[in-house]
Amino acid sequence: MSQTKPYRVSHLDALEAESIFVMREVMAEFERPVLLFSGGKDSIVMLRLAEKAFAPARIPFPVMHVDTGHNFAEVLEYRDTRVATLGLNLVVASVQEAIETGLVRELPDGTRNRIQTPVLLAAVEKYRFDALFGGARRDEEKARAKERMFSFRDEFGQWDPKNQRPELWGLYNGKHHPGESIRVFPLSNWTELDVWHYIAKEQIPLPSIYYAHDREVVERGGMFYAVNEFIRLRDGETSEVRRVRYRTVGDASQTAAVLSEADTVEKVIDEVAATRITERGATRGDDKVSEAAMEDRKREGYF
Amino acid sequence: MSQAVLETETAPAARMDLLRFATAGSVDDGKSTLIGRLLYDTKTIFADQLEAVEAASASRGDEYTNLALLTDGLRAEREQGITIDVAYRYFATPRRKFIIADTPGHIQYTRNMVTGASTADLALILVDARKGLVEQSRRHAFLTSLLRVPHLVLCINKMDLVDWDKAVYDKIADEFTSFAAKLEIGDLTIIPVSALNGDNIASRSENSPWYDGPSLLHHLEHVHIASDRNLVDVRFPVQYVIRPQSTTVTDYRGYAGQVASGVLKPGDEVMVLPSGMTSTIAGIDTADGPVDEAFPPMSVTVRLNDEIDISRGDLICRPHNAPAVAQDIEAMICWMDETAPLRVGGKYAIKHTTRTARTVVRGLQYRLDVNTLHRDEQAGELQLNEIGRVRLRTTVPLLADEYRRNRTTGGFILIDESTNRTVGAGMIIEAQ
Ligand SMILES: Nc1nc2c(ncn2[C@@H]2O[C@H](COP(=O)(O)OP(=O)(O)O)[C@@H](O)[C@H]2O)c(=O)[nH]1
Ligand SMILES: [Mg+2]
Repeated sequence: MSQTKPYRVSHLDALEAESIFVMREVMAEFERPVLLFSGGKDSIVMLRLAEKAFAPARIPFPVMHVDTGHNFAEVLEYRDTRVATLGLNLVVASVQEAIETGLVRELPDGTRNRIQTPVLLAAVEKYRFDALFGGARRDEEKARAKERMFSFRDEFGQWDPKNQRPELWGLYNGKHHPGESIRVFPLSNWTELDVWHYIAKEQIPLPSIYYAHDREVVERGGMFYAVNEFIRLRDGETSEVRRVRYRTVGDASQTAAVLSEADTVEKVIDEVAATRITERGATRGDDKVSEAAMEDRKREGYF
Repeated sequence: MSQAVLETETAPAARMDLLRFATAGSVDDGKSTLIGRLLYDTKTIFADQLEAVEAASASRGDEYTNLALLTDGLRAEREQGITIDVAYRYFATPRRKFIIADTPGHIQYTRNMVTGASTADLALILVDARKGLVEQSRRHAFLTSLLRVPHLVLCINKMDLVDWDKAVYDKIADEFTSFAAKLEIGDLTIIPVSALNGDNIASRSENSPWYDGPSLLHHLEHVHIASDRNLVDVRFPVQYVIRPQSTTVTDYRGYAGQVASGVLKPGDEVMVLPSGMTSTIAGIDTADGPVDEAFPPMSVTVRLNDEIDISRGDLICRPHNAPAVAQDIEAMICWMDETAPLRVGGKYAIKHTTRTARTVVRGLQYRLDVNTLHRDEQAGELQLNEIGRVRLRTTVPLLADEYRRNRTTGGFILIDESTNRTVGAGMIIEAQ
């Protein structure tokens, strides 16, 4: 066989096919899957893949937003529109509510990334979700580089990096006892650039904050944070209006913007291809804590 | 490090394809350095990653920037200075996207190499030019052939430390070639390199005028993988039945799956296993619309012209080219469980394509010494990382091919039914 042309598969098509395969495996083997939807570009791409995996049927599982209460308005609006268009069932696990009921306590610094975990786990327990699709990619972070596509979690939602199931061929082992669950990462093999190429190819709309816009920001430790209800100027700080965009969208109190002129998807692709800093390094205050920050949070049951 | 000159303009994404490769080598042969070099030369290492690695190296008292810290992501790995688990790394050139499964070399990590090799298009084995072939190099070559990785690259590294002596290269290359000949290795390329200095990594080196082959990166970019796929035997394991419950789409019934091999077209006569019923393909759907043909690795939805009872775990093939419908399976097994060995009489869950059944081990013909290839027929069990030939009996038939013919319909995993752990990987030799 040496027909190369007609049977060519681009890398994006191969990645898409793999992700769709994974989503269908989950739907076939689990009782209560749910897709974790943050309104960030990775979960948006994941949602598109779910749409494609089950067409012409509707996406056969609900989506869950672990809502820190620290949101970008554009992202919430996007979430609600998408959910309505696709006719999805949206579950909101609210950190604010969890603080009010005493499930978690607000941290002294007011950040909510870390206290998301118990809120997520409580929702998993309440709805008895057994498979949770997450949009994490292995190129994001080095602990993630070692995590499986199907990541087993015990009844406390914990990841044990030294006790992972080998994954061979396309044979994913999703077996688990009641109360245990599997985090599934269909985008494991995608890079940030792949995600952007796919957004361009599929013409997927994104919340506007992903594209360059003028915003009042304050510079802290080399990062540019939007000045808003979550981030107030400290003594001695001054804000300025800069042209920025967001590379990731997380907790609005901890996610920084990058200086950018990229106001179209093509320009973003050029920018991402040329950038010399990882997206987490550029934008996430929460990852800077220690060399093993992500590993530790995952062990506790984080995404 | 000097930066090799590479095109950096954004590649038209549609023209790139995907190559997965697994790396293997003994400790200190320079595997991490080589991967670091590839990432660096393709501008994949980001400034903040490099900074973090430099800081971590300094605080550990390393004399040089330890690029291994880029891949050794777990706390225990950094503390012990070793690689424990398969790490996945990504880089791209304008031609290709690459997925590296970086697997540690020691015998206790055979499980990881097998895992990384199971999906690899190419295996990259490193040896230290000063040491030549060692036991581990042979084991890595053997595992490459066992897992049927279509392409193998041997990098003879640290050529700078043997003064780029052609005789050293020739001796190792000859020895490896004759060993590989016994192993049914499809395509072998041998490259003299210095991972540290970047010779023959991203571009040809002037230090080896006697070497007229490609640089490693050139080879990775150009090695022909499109025809590694089996486009002859139609195998479509059904994953999931799509039946919309909707008022706008009525009477739709499609079989969703990923094409394992062969080419499917509307109008083709097909057979469904295990029932043996035949029909014709009414259409092949994707969310982007119907397609004229489907081939690996496409994920599609197939509709048939007849109403046949088909469910997950069934397989669509052609009437005159079908896999075995078999409950007696002969296979090579790599054992992956540290808590208990594989024993004759042991019962497990078996997952093969989209079908899950139960199985009992009827016999263990031999255990293979992966270093010498000696067969121990007296062996009573397989311990962690051991490989042997077993006979299995399954509760329901598997729709199986020989692994050598089809890596998808020829591979399976064994699962311990009490712990739910994946305990073994199997490659079918014979199914009936
Ligand atoms: N002179 C020389 N040293 C090398 C070369 N490649 C790696 N090394 C050194 O060999 C040692 C082990 O390399 P490392 O990449 O950690 O090996 P690994 O254990 O296979 O990952 C390090 O000190 C490297 O700097 C090479 O091509 N030439
Ligand atoms: Mg290493």
